[in-house]
Amino acid sequence: MPNEMNKKQQEIKEKMQQQKYQSKVDNVTPTPPLLKNICWAFVVGGLICTLGQLFTDYFLGLDLPKKEASACATAVLVFLGAFFTGIGVYDDLGKRAGAGSIVPITGFANSIVAPAMEFKREGYVFGVGAKMFVIAGPVLVYGMVTAFIIGLIYWIRQ
Amino acid sequence: MNKKQGMQSVVFTNPPIITSTANIVGPMEGKGLLQGYFDYIMPDNLNGLASWEQCESYLMEYAIKKAIEKESSTMEEVDCVFAGDLLNQLMSTHFAMKNLKRPFLGLYGACSTMVEGMLLSAILLDGGFFNKIVAAASSHHDAAERQYRFPNEMGVQRPPGAQWTVTGSGAVVVSTSGSGPRITTGTIGKIVDYGIKDPNAMGPAMAPAAVDTIWQHLQDIGRTPAYYDMIFTGDLGSVGRDLVIQLLQEKGVDISNNYQDCGCMVYRENQDAHAGASGCASSAIVLCGYIYKRLLQDKLKKILFLGTGSLHSTTSYQQKESIPCIAHAVSIEMP
Repeated sequence: MPNEMNKKQQEIKEKMQQQKYQSKVDNVTPTPPLLKNICWAFVVGGLICTLGQLFTDYFLGLDLPKKEASACATAVLVFLGAFFTGIGVYDDLGKRAGAGSIVPITGFANSIVAPAMEFKREGYVFGVGAKMFVIAGPVLVYGMVTAFIIGLIYWIRQ
Repeated sequence: MNKKQGMQSVVFTNPPIITSTANIVGPMEGKGLLQGYFDYIMPDNLNGLASWEQCESYLMEYAIKKAIEKESSTMEEVDCVFAGDLLNQLMSTHFAMKNLKRPFLGLYGACSTMVEGMLLSAILLDGGFFNKIVAAASSHHDAAERQYRFPNEMGVQRPPGAQWTVTGSGAVVVSTSGSGPRITTGTIGKIVDYGIKDPNAMGPAMAPAAVDTIWQHLQDIGRTPAYYDMIFTGDLGSVGRDLVIQLLQEKGVDISNNYQDCGCMVYRENQDAHAGASGCASSAIVLCGYIYKRLLQDKLKKILFLGTGSLHSTTSYQQKESIPCIAHAVSIEMP
């Protein structure tokens, strides 16, 4: 019994030591420049969305129905995200814009193309094919699960 | 005679001599603070090879061959090679060693590998087993990044406390005869874990390990920090460096005047490396270029050199384990 008590005391002591150290670390670790990051995210995210709207308006001008027009605009944005990832620009943008370039659909394209490019050397099956969705995969899985649950709620309420 | 002193240290009776060193780096390191202290700066991170991993093998092979060439001995004279890198199963080291065809022992100490290799080399040389050993370590930014973090083209934002893995390699030739600085003592570190889980905060994770080893070294050998002209740690970065000074101050040891971290010596402020350099090559390229030259010029006479390694893996991180860290030390002195 006293042995167990000692072990517990030891554990508590260790935890306290860890917490103390963590607060020391927090004191010396530089914090991200929040205002600058927010401004970048706001401007870049906003610009990407404005670009999307421009494409939607353009396709609407071609007499496409609204649903098709927004699908076309999405396809163009995905292409652009993939293209700028391919020529090595998107990561430089992401470094500054953060969520501003991750959240829009161009960021989704980036998260698929980046691993696909990187794992090309491991071949087209176990490299590109298998690793392509290594980051986007969870987004797809939980996106679909959420859609399913919401659909279910909608169906029950009817 | 037992050469162990204190709890974790060894004192060499015939201190082995660092007879030659060589290093090689990527373009970013080449534009950094130590510009004039590299044997070769690659034009890009592939150097005409098919993959980053192949490039890293090339880095290590180059460093070892160059170090041997610089002291005009031949590869056949090398009794053994201690080497390691950051990749799974020491991939780049093994392919480099395949070409060198020398007796080889692979080491994994993460970023402490260079010092781990030097420590073991010195022990085997002073023990009378061998005459010439090469210790080497390498890391490659892109290869490490894709194994440990995200694909390189991913648009992610690195936190300001993050460090940049060095692309490069360094090799040290340690011999029983010749001229150069000597490895006089060594302290083998033990694993220290203060519960840091964030793999972007490797400096803070490793700092307590460095402190533990520095403290133990001073106790075992009976020295004060003032004995050394400089104390260097491998790759703690600016955040880790501040923590080491602070933690040692709490133990009543002041090293603020003669301490620097190799991770703070590689990149310039405007190179966007954030808190500094990391990786096996961080300590290796600084030791094998700048520090070795300063020793030969007698501008530094006695140094304590520590390799610091964070021994986590991608699996341990995903399973929410904290980062176990280690630091080994060797004292290097001019005769």
